[in-house]
Amino acid sequence: MENNTLLATEATILFAGDSGDGIQLTGDQFTNTTALYGNDLSTFPNFPAEIRAPQGTLAGVSGFQIKFGSTEVFTPGDRCDMLVVMNAAALKANLKQLKPGGIIIANTEGFDAKNLRLARYAEGVNPLEDGSLETYKLFKIDVTRLTKATLEGSGLGTKEIDRTKNMFVLGFIYWIYNRSLDTTIRFIEQKFAKRPEIVEANIKTLKAGYNYGDTSETFMQRVEIRPAQIAPGRYRNINGNPATAMGLIAAAKKSGLNLFLGSYPITPASDILHELSKYKHFGVGTFQAEDEIAAICAAIGASFGGSLAVTTSSGPGIALKTEAIGLAIMLELPLVIVNVQRGGPSTGLPTKTEQADLLQAVYGRNGEAPLPVIAAKSPADCFFAAFEACRIAIEHRTPVFFLSDGYLANGAEPWRFPSAADLPEIKPNILNSAPAEGEKFLPYRRDEKLARPWAVPGVKGLEHRIGGLEKEHETGNISYDPENHEFMVKLRAERVEKVADYIGPQTLDQGPEKGKLLVLGWGSTYGAIKTAVKTALDEGYSVAHAHVRYIHPFPKNLESVLRNYDHVLIPEMNNGQLVRIIRDRFLIPAEGFSKIKGIPFTAEELLTKIKTLA
Amino acid sequence: METAEKTVTPFTSKELVTDQEVRWCPGCGDYSILKQVQTVVPELGLNREEIVFISGIGCSSRFPYYMETYGMHSIHGRATAIASGLKATRPELSVWIVTGDGDSLSIGGNHFIHLLRRNFDVNVLLFNNEIYGLTKGQYSPTSEKGKITKSTPMGSVDHPFNPLAVVMGADGTFVARAMDRDPIQLRTVLKRAHQHKGTSLVEIYQNCNVFNDGAFEVFTEKSTKADETLFAEHGQPLIFGAAKDKGLILDGFQPKVVSLSEVSANDLWIHDERDRTKANMLVRMFDDPSREGHFPRPFGIFYVEDRFTYEEAYQQQLKEARDRKGEGDLDALLSGNNTWVVE
Ligand SMILES: Cc1ncc(C[n+]2csc(CCOP(=O)(O)OP(=O)(O)O)c2C)c(N)n1
Ligand code: SF4
Ligand SMILES: [Mg+2]
Repeated sequence: MENNTLLATEATILFAGDSGDGIQLTGDQFTNTTALYGNDLSTFPNFPAEIRAPQGTLAGVSGFQIKFGSTEVFTPGDRCDMLVVMNAAALKANLKQLKPGGIIIANTEGFDAKNLRLARYAEGVNPLEDGSLETYKLFKIDVTRLTKATLEGSGLGTKEIDRTKNMFVLGFIYWIYNRSLDTTIRFIEQKFAKRPEIVEANIKTLKAGYNYGDTSETFMQRVEIRPAQIAPGRYRNINGNPATAMGLIAAAKKSGLNLFLGSYPITPASDILHELSKYKHFGVGTFQAEDEIAAICAAIGASFGGSLAVTTSSGPGIALKTEAIGLAIMLELPLVIVNVQRGGPSTGLPTKTEQADLLQAVYGRNGEAPLPVIAAKSPADCFFAAFEACRIAIEHRTPVFFLSDGYLANGAEPWRFPSAADLPEIKPNILNSAPAEGEKFLPYRRDEKLARPWAVPGVKGLEHRIGGLEKEHETGNISYDPENHEFMVKLRAERVEKVADYIGPQTLDQGPEKGKLLVLGWGSTYGAIKTAVKTALDEGYSVAHAHVRYIHPFPKNLESVLRNYDHVLIPEMNNGQLVRIIRDRFLIPAEGFSKIKGIPFTAEELLTKIKTLA
Repeated sequence: METAEKTVTPFTSKELVTDQEVRWCPGCGDYSILKQVQTVVPELGLNREEIVFISGIGCSSRFPYYMETYGMHSIHGRATAIASGLKATRPELSVWIVTGDGDSLSIGGNHFIHLLRRNFDVNVLLFNNEIYGLTKGQYSPTSEKGKITKSTPMGSVDHPFNPLAVVMGADGTFVARAMDRDPIQLRTVLKRAHQHKGTSLVEIYQNCNVFNDGAFEVFTEKSTKADETLFAEHGQPLIFGAAKDKGLILDGFQPKVVSLSEVSANDLWIHDERDRTKANMLVRMFDDPSREGHFPRPFGIFYVEDRFTYEEAYQQQLKEARDRKGEGDLDALLSGNNTWVVE
């Protein structure tokens, strides 16, 4: 690169425009190219809440944020260095996301009178012209005109030409970061394989955008961000929901069971249903039920029949499943309940993220009804957490809650994916023969994990009845005996606690083993906490970070980890839920730190808080 | 699914009895139904271990505990949904659902209609006692309007469901009615229900002698049964009455009761269980027996239709996907289409 190139360690770009501007595609392409180049990265899309919001309006703005760097990257970035806007609404909606002095690249055609009006700028005001953006570095590009000029004589109609304008912008951004066009060219060739004229037009526009950087006198500073030192291996990019789906399929393969999903569509969980529906050749059966109750009940039926049964939903749907979860606890059958959390209560904020269903997962049922609860911490981690949820469900014969959220579901990061051979085997131990002559089959006799046998219909001599009524120890017969009930309640609790014998200890993510402050997180706050704690450590603060995957039961050493610090801070995207459980369990004065805005913590917010305690 | 030649180990009715004490009230109609089911099941050519009884909650839903087969006593209204998941994944099993009028038509109404529309090959035994038995006597969605119960001291104001009309409306493919007090009819219907490939819905009038005694008395008592009921047999004219002297004819689209002294048996309505229009008329003969000029209440098998079952189509897709793409390869799935190497 020329010597006027700036060397940086990381950058955050926010692409924004109308839903129809191809923002997500542009973001995806930039992500793929950047990943191939060797940067570490993290991305987050921001879709409009309405499916078809009117063009040009604030409600219709679609965004895609990517943070990439030559060092490790754990979040899609707090605020961006560069804001790319295709129209006025995109600028208005996202300007607050731009760092002071940041770069704005604006498509001038998106700032005509009509677009300005739709974006609700005052009559006669155009932010590109009135000096209000003076403190930023503003680059105005008439993308539409330039695209038209590029494709003059191509024979394509105005509409088709217009549709390639995101390629111009992408080409220009590639120029800024000196990126190869190859990945995107290959993508275009595949995507439009049947329409060579469209392939040609898109590639031409992409290159025109790139060359525009070279030839025009934009005074744009080029930036170099070198490949990151990340663990060697083969990588792919992955979103949380597909990672969850893959974790479930992998567990089915590794246990030799067929996967059955009972589900009812709900944002932001539906993509797991969509994803799993594609994998019938893996023996994955999906059942779109009439409601969430039917969805989980069908899964219970499939589990009774010997399938790896899963049900996926989000808050309102999980609420409906509650009674059936209690049944699964009594039946002691494997079942994975996936909650991709969204803002609540009630319909709440369907397209926004929140962690407010933790207490529901741990406690939210009638009666004493414990079950294991596991949470994923990043998009790629959804794979391992889902796999682990299945392992526990199958081997311990219990329903297991797997908690994800909207942020993990839609966020993406590079993933050094495992090979099938690296994954542990899961042992379902389905009974396949009757007990010896003269011995009675006892459906509630337990093994060393305190799990009862999985006896599925079809095996001679194992005929038995199960149900939601209290059972007699070992025989599983209905029992109203007071002593037996208390015994069974405690036994069910004990067998869930027993899971702790089969999970690893709580580890520290970073920081000293003893010190002033431990930041304890769970779920999707991982990246932000990690980034904040890293900075605090660099600045010499006495702070460490631990992230709990197993929320019920906790790893056995968790208490001793907590007691190694003067303070424990628990940031959560809720009104303080894990913090209640921790205080209750360990009687320590852990401090909560809440954000309940439907958007993730920024590392900056956390850092400020950490500095008050560390 | 391939049907490999299976070996059947016969078993007796006695072997279907469990070691659990039957807990229904003495005199409850459930006893008779249990007895008939235990009589019929050994005659169906099934192995005991491939039979599963799934129930919801209610007096009737205690049923699985008394059947020495696989069984699940689940939660209120959801047996249908649980059976759906089991049958989809284990199509070779013989799945029986036991449910009450409250269980299937109140709390479980949604799953009930969806089960029927999907046409899983299962047998549903709907014990209709027109009351909530287990919760000690509140009116149910099949109780007649004006019913006085604990929760309706001034009489219920609800218009009741006609269960079989609901079933026809949900495109049920086997629609039948029987009663606890007529074991022969009940056994006949149960056998046919088992043979039918698709959701077989058998509504069984069941006397709750504690909370709704005599609800079906006019249909079951010797003195009135012959005149108040009509047993529909495929290919046979619809005849009823103590002296077999009355019949039904169709006057255009209007069913009419006629005397056989005036109309010859050959001109009567001949029951055709494949005729949906006529089946709709039969299930709509739902008059209050105290009403002047009412129709007799029909029993028997009203409608049978062959339609693909959910589990067949579901399993077919799984097979087709494997045939087309080969058995899924986990490594290929994990790597996806777009990977890169970091050295
Ligand atoms: C979710 C739920 N709500 C309410 C009940 C209480 N309950 C149990 S059985 C029943 C009604 C049973 O009536 P029906 O299905 O007609 O069965 P029957 O007892 O008459 O055989 C009710 C309301 C319950 N068990 N679960
Ligand atoms: S309450 Fe009625 S339905 Fe229930 S067992 Fe007693 S008689 Fe039978
Ligand atoms: Mg009832």
